Amino acid sequence: MSEQIHDVRLHVNGSVHEVRVPARRLLSDALRHDCGLTGTHVGCEHGVCGACTVLVDGAPMRSCLMLAVSAVDAEITTVEGLTEDDGTPQGRLSPVQQAFSDCHGLQCGFCTPGFLTTITAGLEENPDPTEDEAREMIAGNLCRCTGYQNIVKSVLRAAEINAEADAKSKADAGQERA
Amino acid sequence: MTTKLFGTKVARVEDQRFLRGQGRYVDDLLHDDPRLLHAAVLRSPHAHARITDIDVSDVLDVEGVVAVWTHDDLTDAMAEPLPLLIPHPTLTHGRTQYALAKDEVNHVGEAIAFVVAVDRYVAEDAVARIRVTYEHLEPVVGIDAARAATRLVHDDVPGNVGARMEQENGDARAAIADAPHTLVLDLDIERSACTPMEGRGTVARWDPDTSRLTVWSSTQTSTGVRGCVAAKLGLDLAKVDVITPDVGGGFGVKVVHPWPEELLVPLAAKTLGRPVKFTEDRREHFISSAHERAQQHHVEVGFDDAGRVLGLNVEFWHDHGAYTPYGLIVPIITSTQLLGPYKPLNYRVVFESLYTNTVIVTPYRGAGRPQGCFVMERTMDAIAAYLGKDRTEVRSANFIQPDEFPYEHGLIFQDGRELTYDSGDYPASLEKLKALVGWDDFEDFRAEMAAQGRRVGIGLACYVEGTGVGPYEGAHVHVETSGKVKVATGLTTQGQGHQTAFAQIVADTLGVRFEDVEITTGDTRKMPYAVGTFASRAAVMSGSAIHLAALRAKEKALRIAAEALEAAEEDLEIVDGVVSVRGTDASIDLGTVAVLSNPLRYAFDEASKAATQFSVGDPGKPPVAEDDEPGLEGKDFYSPPRSTFANGMHAVIVETDPDTAEITILKYAVVHDCGHLINPMIVEGQIHGGVAQGVGGALYERMAYDESGQLLNASFMDFLMPYASEVPTSIDIDHLETPSPLNPLGIKGAGEAGVIPSAAVFAAAIEDAEGFPITAMPISPSELYALRLSHADPEETS
Ligand code: FES
Ligand code: FES
Repeated sequence: MSEQIHDVRLHVNGSVHEVRVPARRLLSDALRHDCGLTGTHVGCEHGVCGACTVLVDGAPMRSCLMLAVSAVDAEITTVEGLTEDDGTPQGRLSPVQQAFSDCHGLQCGFCTPGFLTTITAGLEENPDPTEDEAREMIAGNLCRCTGYQNIVKSVLRAAEINAEADAKSKADAGQERA
Repeated sequence: MTTKLFGTKVARVEDQRFLRGQGRYVDDLLHDDPRLLHAAVLRSPHAHARITDIDVSDVLDVEGVVAVWTHDDLTDAMAEPLPLLIPHPTLTHGRTQYALAKDEVNHVGEAIAFVVAVDRYVAEDAVARIRVTYEHLEPVVGIDAARAATRLVHDDVPGNVGARMEQENGDARAAIADAPHTLVLDLDIERSACTPMEGRGTVARWDPDTSRLTVWSSTQTSTGVRGCVAAKLGLDLAKVDVITPDVGGGFGVKVVHPWPEELLVPLAAKTLGRPVKFTEDRREHFISSAHERAQQHHVEVGFDDAGRVLGLNVEFWHDHGAYTPYGLIVPIITSTQLLGPYKPLNYRVVFESLYTNTVIVTPYRGAGRPQGCFVMERTMDAIAAYLGKDRTEVRSANFIQPDEFPYEHGLIFQDGRELTYDSGDYPASLEKLKALVGWDDFEDFRAEMAAQGRRVGIGLACYVEGTGVGPYEGAHVHVETSGKVKVATGLTTQGQGHQTAFAQIVADTLGVRFEDVEITTGDTRKMPYAVGTFASRAAVMSGSAIHLAALRAKEKALRIAAEALEAAEEDLEIVDGVVSVRGTDASIDLGTVAVLSNPLRYAFDEASKAATQFSVGDPGKPPVAEDDEPGLEGKDFYSPPRSTFANGMHAVIVETDPDTAEITILKYAVVHDCGHLINPMIVEGQIHGGVAQGVGGALYERMAYDESGQLLNASFMDFLMPYASEVPTSIDIDHLETPSPLNPLGIKGAGEAGVIPSAAVFAAAIEDAEGFPITAMPISPSELYALRLSHADPEETS
C-alpha cells in the first residue's frame, strides 16, 4: 500500500516552500512539519479551537480543515509572518502582537497564534471595534488560560496602536507637504 | 537604587517568543530530523472487556511502519503495572494500569498497542489494522453503579471500594443530636477536566555515542518522569535527562506520570535507535488522560440560633475512575479543605473512593476543593435560609478570627501534615467583597429588575486553599563572567509566567538588572532535585528557593568584592549588577567578581586574563580556600514545615431568563488573599483563567458517559468549553495581602484560586434568583427549566 505523493508549492510569509506530501496531509501539518513553521498550533484538529488559524489570501482559515494540496495557489500568512520589518533580524512586533504583550493577553501561548491571525484579519475589516465587537471577533477561538478578558482588551489596544500609527503617518505626511 | 520589581506589573519575558511563534512546545521538537519516527496508540473501544487475542500480523505490511508493541512484547519492569505514585494506608485496594493492557481493559481509551511509523498518518493506518478479540464485561459507570456494586470493575476489589477514610475532630454526631437545629443535604457534582489547549506529548532520543537517553515531555514534573523512565527501562538515573519545553497549559492533568506513552516512546527510541515522538490528539486527551470532580455528598449539620455550626458530619463518595495512580489526593483535599474559613465545633468526614469503568481521576485545578467548597457553602446558605438570616451573617458567625492564627483544625492534610492555617483575615475579606459586589444594595437592584420583568440572584462563596505544599524545591543561581545571571529551578512551567516572576525575585535579591536574568525550569540536567508544579506551589516553593539561592550568591559576591575593593562587606551594595562601596566611587562589576571567584590556569578572553594564577590570589594560600568553591554561584533549597493557606471569596450576580432559563452573568467579583504578590498582572491573569474554567465547570462542562461507558462528548464540538462569549465580560478583583509567615517572601499560591468557588457561587446565585434549592452542579438551562417545573405550584401549572 503506497500513497500518491504530490509536489506542492506553498507560498508562506513571502517565501516559497516546495513540499512533497500525500493528498491527505493537512495544511496545519504541512506548515508545521514540512515547512518547519511550528508557530501554528494544533489544539483539536476538528476545526473548533482556532489555534491553527492562518491567513489564506488575507482571510482567517483553520489550517487543520484544509489540505496542503488545496493551498497551492494561495498566499499564506502564519504567526511567524506577522512581525514587521524594522531592519532587525527579529523584526518588530505587529500592533496586534504588541497589544497582547501590553495587555497580558496570553499565558501559555498555545492558543495565541490563532488569536493573533484572527484579530489581524478582524481589524482589517473593522479597524475600530467596540468592546462587544472585539469580543465577537475572537468568539470562535478557544483559550483555556486567560479567561479572554485580556484578549478582548488586546483587540481594543491593537486598534488603538493602529490608530496612533495612522495619525502619526498622516501628521508626518502633512509635515512633509508643509 | 534599583527599583524594586517584586510587587510590580513587569511585562512577561516569555511573551516575546510566544508572540513571534518561536515557542518550543514538545510537538515542535526535532521536526527537521529526518530520522524522527511517530507513534500512535490503539485504544480500547470498550469500557470493560477481557482481551482474548491481539493480532498484529497485518500491521507490518503497511509501508512506513517500523514497529509495534503489545503487552506481550514488554519485559521486566515495563511489563509490570505502572507505579502507584502516592500510596496511602487507607488506600487498601489501589490498582494501576499497565503501559499496554494485559488481559483486561477497564475504560474506553485504555492503551492496548503502540505503533511506530514514519509519520502519524501511517501509524494511525496501522493501528486501524490491529485486530483485537474482546470478551465483553458489564461496565460500572457512575457513582450510583459503583456504590450498588452489583458489578465489579476489578474482580479482587469488593464493593468497588478502593479506599475508605475517616477523620473526626470532636464528636460531630453527638453535637448534631444535641443541636437546636439540624439540616440534611444531598449534593452532587459531575465530572469535568483540565483540557489544556496542548495535549500530552513525549519525544525521546537515544544517543548511542554517549549511551544517554533524552526525553522531552509536556509533563508538570520532569524529575518525576525521569525517575520513572529510568526505573522502567532499567537505566541508571544518570543516563536519563528529562526536559520540559514550553507547555501549552497543564491545570493538573500533566502532573500524572508516567503516562504509558512517556515510557513507550523512550523504549521505542532506545530499541530502534531513532528519535520517536508521540503527540496526543484531542479525542485521546478526552478518553485517555484524566478527569476530575465527580462526587456525591450527604451532609448533616447541627447549628444554633446564630447559625454557628456545632456539628458537621459529611459522608461522600468519590469516583476515581478505573485506576488510582495518584492515590487519594483529590478526596483527601475535599475532606479537609471543605472546612474553608470556618471552624465547626465538631467535624466528621468519611469518604469512599470508588472504581468505575471510566477515565482515571486525578487533580484538576482546584483538586477536590471546588467540591468541598460547594458542599460547605451550600450548607451555609441552607442554614441562612432556614434561620431567615443574611447569608453573610451566618458565614461571619463561623469564621476563624484573625487573632486565632495559626489555627489548628485537628485533621491531617494532603501532605501528611497537620491541617494548620498560617494566616488570613476572613472578616476583612468579606467586607471587601460585600463592597465590591454591592451586596447591601442588591435588594434594590432586584426590585428594579423585577419591575422590568427580569429575574436576578446574587451568591457568594468563600474558600481557603492549602498552597505551596512540600516537600521541597531548589534553585541554582550562577553569575557568569559577563554579569549575566543564569538561574535554574527544577519545577516546570505551563504558562504561569515563571520566567518573569522568578527573574523579578532574582533581580531584587541579588541586585542585578531584570534583563540580565535568565530562568530555566524543568530541565533535570540543570536541577536534578525537584518535585513539580501543582497545588499552587511554584511561586511559594521555587520562588522561595530562588530567593535563598540568590542570597547565597550575593553573600559570596560581597565577600569577594570586599577583598577586591579593600572595604568592609557591610559597606557594600549591589545595584544593577555593580558592587560599590556606599558613598564612594569605588566599584566592581558583578561579572568581574565572577572572574575573581574562579582562579584559572588558562585565559580564554580578556576577562579571564584577570583571573589566571599569575594575576590573582595570595601565593601563600591555596587558590580555592578549603571551605569554598570556585565560581560565583548560589544553591539552596526551600522546604517548609507545612502548606501555606491562601483564601478568597467570590460573588456573582446572575440573571435567569424567565422563559428559556438561560443563565447570564451580570457581575463577578473576587477578593483574593495570596499574601504578597510578586507580579499582580500575572496573579490577576491566573484569577481570570480560573474563573473562566469555573464558569465552564458550573454551567457548561461535563463528561457525558452513557451506560456502556462511552464518552459521548469527547471533542471540542460537544464538550462545551467556554468561549469569550460565555465568560464574565469583566471581573472586579480586590486583593488583601496577609503575608505567610512560613516563607521568606510572605507569599502564598494563586494558581487555583479562581476556580475553587465557582460551582458554589453559581449555585447560590441561581438559587437566589429562582427560590428553590440548587443541589447539583453543573446546571444547564434545560436542567434549570426542569427544576422550575418540578418546583412549580401544581395549581399554577394545571
Ligand atoms: S486545531 Fe484547527 S481548529 Fe483546532
Ligand atoms: S494562553 Fe494558554 S490556551 Fe490561551
